[in-house]
Amino acid sequence: MSNSMVFRYDVDGDDFTLAGEISSKVKKRLKQLGLPPETIRKVAIAMYEAEINMVIHANGGTITVEVSPETIHIIFADRGPGIPDIDKAMEEGFSTASHEVRELGFGAGMGLPNIKKNSDKMTIDTKVGEGTTIELWMEVC
Amino acid sequence: MKPEKYWHSVTLQRESCKGCTTCLKQCPTQAIRVQNGKAKILKERCIDCGECIRVCPYHAKKAVTDKFDRLSEFRYTIALVAPAFLGQFSKSEDCDLILTSLLYLGFDHVYEVAKGAQEISAATRELLGSGELMQPAISSACPAVSRLIAVRFPNLIHHIVPLRSPMELSAEAARKEAVEKTGLKPEEIGVFFISPCAAKATAVKDGVTVEKSHVSGVIAMKDVYLRLAQRIGSIEEVKHLSDAGRVGTLWATSGGEAAATGAKRWISVDGIDNVIRVLEDMEDDKLTDIAYVEALACPGGCVGGPLTAENNFVARSRITRICETMPELGGTIPPEVPRSWDGAPVYRPVMKLSEDLGVAMQMALDLEEIAERLPGLDCGSCGSPSCRALAEDIVRGYAKETDCIFVTRERLQALLKLAREKHLDLPDDLEE
Repeated sequence: MSNSMVFRYDVDGDDFTLAGEISSKVKKRLKQLGLPPETIRKVAIAMYEAEINMVIHANGGTITVEVSPETIHIIFADRGPGIPDIDKAMEEGFSTASHEVRELGFGAGMGLPNIKKNSDKMTIDTKVGEGTTIELWMEVC
Repeated sequence: MKPEKYWHSVTLQRESCKGCTTCLKQCPTQAIRVQNGKAKILKERCIDCGECIRVCPYHAKKAVTDKFDRLSEFRYTIALVAPAFLGQFSKSEDCDLILTSLLYLGFDHVYEVAKGAQEISAATRELLGSGELMQPAISSACPAVSRLIAVRFPNLIHHIVPLRSPMELSAEAARKEAVEKTGLKPEEIGVFFISPCAAKATAVKDGVTVEKSHVSGVIAMKDVYLRLAQRIGSIEEVKHLSDAGRVGTLWATSGGEAAATGAKRWISVDGIDNVIRVLEDMEDDKLTDIAYVEALACPGGCVGGPLTAENNFVARSRITRICETMPELGGTIPPEVPRSWDGAPVYRPVMKLSEDLGVAMQMALDLEEIAERLPGLDCGSCGSPSCRALAEDIVRGYAKETDCIFVTRERLQALLKLAREKHLDLPDDLEE
């Protein structure tokens, strides 16, 4: 019997086509654990958005997923430029993504709001020039 | 819906199976293992998509369908014709001729599923307009896709359009019409679907979205083709039987169904691997600007079904030509025949390692550890479709690590090293 398990993943910084791959792997593992579909859906959406954010803004990073019977705790850590104004970044539609990124259909300014919406608790620890760590907690519903 | 009974149309002919890994690697739900030199289908995972039938080089995978002798169980029989059937014959593109030919096989009447398809298109259009559907809405027409969603994408079950398949709607309408015409009892009328795929044969019996099917039996399209291919050219008296329109007939090929819904933005996805990719994206909330998803397990749509006789590209071209001469809309089905389905498919968590989350977690941890030790070549020689799948089978207790030939080789080498150190006599061929 085990009370928690941890998965770690590296996010490649400059490859859009790989975004979503980690989300897909995590989904597969959570389905094996038999977690409720609704929980898996929230994790999948948050993971995908965060993965994209890391690729667009931070040149990659790491994702750690810790699963226990009550909660899923996810840590997204990057050494990117940091977020100068968190309140602004949390506004729906606000985006600092480049024109090229928007052309690809990303960077609509829904990333962080969407991540927050799909979690029960979210913290952002960021320092301009050093990086950002976002932590999410989701109750297993 | 009532619980699964795991009845499957797709089955293995043990004597033909060579135990190769072709089907193993192709199965989209990892439902096949090779054990003791023979393939084995894991019933709870199989979705009857028929990929294994398509790829097996030894034709060891078969779809169980009904034989013609079942027609004798009924006083009046109707051939329920899938629109893909129209594209099967090199000798004819004449709908009436193709439909008339079925009467020579002993059917008393024919009924085109394209008529049901036309009604389902209209009902879908209405539902999309009402704003009641979860968007993107997924078509319920392909039973293999519905089953795929039930085993792999539980979050998408509520995106499936809550309508019957054109086959079910047409079957009920055909029987009703026949009862009125002949005065026979409903059970005296046999309605036989001429099917391009195994999944439809399963859908009639398995109770996933249909409580009790109105279809009496399912006959493989290629079995019908075999009996008609030579005969069709010599039929003299052609009856006017075709009553379908273009909208319903185009359901035979990918894109036809989605276009008919009138959805603003639709996509048409065919081939089971493509379907999985799109469903993964949907699960991650990536298809936000799409209203309707037509998802078909077979390449090219139903014309690419594993039980068809003609290749799907040629069949598509013929159907396109046939449709040019058809009216846009054909005969209708009275509104009292219900359009809505009996119920949504139920999530079947077949990938779950254990009922107990704590136990499942320990198994998942062990699985990761074992997977680390495996070579990652996904060669399939162990009988599981990938190294991860072998690790999963090991923690489930169905396999052992030495089933991997690379693990076994390493252990053998270690053993030889030990034997050499102890100066044991070994046969010459092992010394190398």
